[in-house]
Amino acid sequence: MRIYHKALVSLLLIFLALPVSAVADDLIMRRIGMTFPETMSALQSSIVEEGYKVSRVQRVDIGLTSSGYNTAEYRIVFFMREDVLHDIVKKHPELIPFLPLKITIFAERSETLLVTLNPMKLAEFFPDLEMQKTFAQWNEEVNRIVDRVQAE
Amino acid sequence: MFRFFIAIFIFIVIALPSQAHAKHDGEHIYLQNCVSCHGYDGNGGMGIPLSLPDFLATASNDYLVKTIRVGRPGRVMPAFKNLSDNEVDMLISYIRSWSDTIPPKYSKKPVDGDAVHGKQVYLDHCAECHGASGNGGKGTGVTMSRPRSQPILAPALNNRGFLISASDEMIKNTLIKGRKGTPMKSYLKEGLSEQDINDVVAYVRSFESRAAAIEETSEDEPAVIIKESPYSVEETVTNLTNAVGSMNFRLIRVQNLDSGLTEESKEDKKQVIVYSCNFNILNEALKLDPRVGLFLPCRITVSQQGDKVLVMYANPKRMNEIYNNSELDSMCTEMKTVYEDMIDEALL
Ligand code: HEC
Ligand code: HEC
Repeated sequence: MRIYHKALVSLLLIFLALPVSAVADDLIMRRIGMTFPETMSALQSSIVEEGYKVSRVQRVDIGLTSSGYNTAEYRIVFFMREDVLHDIVKKHPELIPFLPLKITIFAERSETLLVTLNPMKLAEFFPDLEMQKTFAQWNEEVNRIVDRVQAE
Repeated sequence: MFRFFIAIFIFIVIALPSQAHAKHDGEHIYLQNCVSCHGYDGNGGMGIPLSLPDFLATASNDYLVKTIRVGRPGRVMPAFKNLSDNEVDMLISYIRSWSDTIPPKYSKKPVDGDAVHGKQVYLDHCAECHGASGNGGKGTGVTMSRPRSQPILAPALNNRGFLISASDEMIKNTLIKGRKGTPMKSYLKEGLSEQDINDVVAYVRSFESRAAAIEETSEDEPAVIIKESPYSVEETVTNLTNAVGSMNFRLIRVQNLDSGLTEESKEDKKQVIVYSCNFNILNEALKLDPRVGLFLPCRITVSQQGDKVLVMYANPKRMNEIYNNSELDSMCTEMKTVYEDMIDEALL
């Protein structure tokens, strides 16, 4: 009986120690210990591995340099699932400005940073939309995408 | 029944973090939450360094816990509310592992100083870096756009997060010791007396009464602004591309929303994005915060919904809150005006 008790108490303590993730960080950010080109290629593979298609890479740095400004490599990678996008366009047009999903990637010396809006932030922006499950799913997927790159 | 106990025990043995795991777990939490700004080994980035021996020798654990929990409102450093107490402890063990200095403990007693005289000392010795009203350097840490050889930018001292976290004694100790490896010197060695130092601590503490007023909330700003266009999608897009030029912005690209995802011939031509940019503004914004690219270049989307044509954009004044960077406030307000003017002109 005492053992049973102890076990229960320990279990309870373990669950209490688990992170409470009710409050979302606004941004998902990761520093990657690889150069920009290495990180860019790892990021694109990771996006594809998650079942997404990369729709475009916006080369912000090229625009800046051609306007005479100095900058490190700075790009934005857009990605999405086609069917999900078309579905949202029909049902929740107010989300369109946030789609496709995107990750900003920029160099800091020999390292690279990835930054993206935490999709759970969309749940805060649009509390009434019946999209909370999708936002949570995006959150998991985006975290997996950047974690895979960081683990390389 | 017996098997049930065994199962529970195996689970507990596996799940219970051992001491050795604490540092490893702390490192993991650091990599997920802090490394992007504070760098590997705490050597700094968009955030200031955390590994300097002089910092770790003057920062109490209480200061670290509070800084992590409250963050620095408006100064980029987020408030980490979703880490458990246990995770914060593991994180601090990891940060402590960078130096063998002993964590100090401070009393909560205020330092006995004269804030009026302290103000003079502050203006003479501190304002050049920390700003006349304590709002810190322009930009934070060692940001991307600045060469690393440049000194670390001074933190804001009038910040609610700083003032809640730092006791008078800790501020005093920081002034006495300075932080080797940063522009922050030892002011005892610079010739201030202990009384001068007490006075300046009292003055820094007096920032507290004004700290709260600095923060603004953006929550009543909608996340997306939607206007209805009296024109067709094609006409609206043409009008927008003309309006871009007249606002001194450069048109970057007009594309269908699903471009790159759908076979080109099957793209939905009634959902169109117009991208434009003013590279001067973009360059300034990236200097303040390299993360702003997430909402730049400017994007206006035109969307056919039934018989309506909608023109929409993510509201910069609301998006601002995700950066926790008050230096972006005026730029976001300016950007919202740019969007409004562009759209007004296009829908005329
Ligand atoms: C030459 C620029 C410079 C001057 C002058 C200067 N500081 Fe600093 N100060 C800094 C920098 C840079 C840091 C951050 C150091 C680091 O990376 O840990 C700092 C850190 C601090 C901190 C710790 C803040 C925190 O968030 O941990 C305090 C407190 C402080 N300074 C107070 C003062 C006071 C009071 C004076 C005047 C007596 C002063 N400083 C003068 C540059 C300066
Ligand atoms: C988005 C960038 C960012 C992230 C992420 C971040 N910080 Fe910071 N942090 C900063 C900035 C910027 C400052 C300095 C604020 C200033 O200049 O006023 C700072 C200051 C601090 C300080 C005060 C240092 C001193 O010298 O007094 C501590 C401690 C700290 N951060 C710990 C952490 C920890 C631990 C994490 C991860 C849980 C973290 N930070 C995540 C940007 C960040």
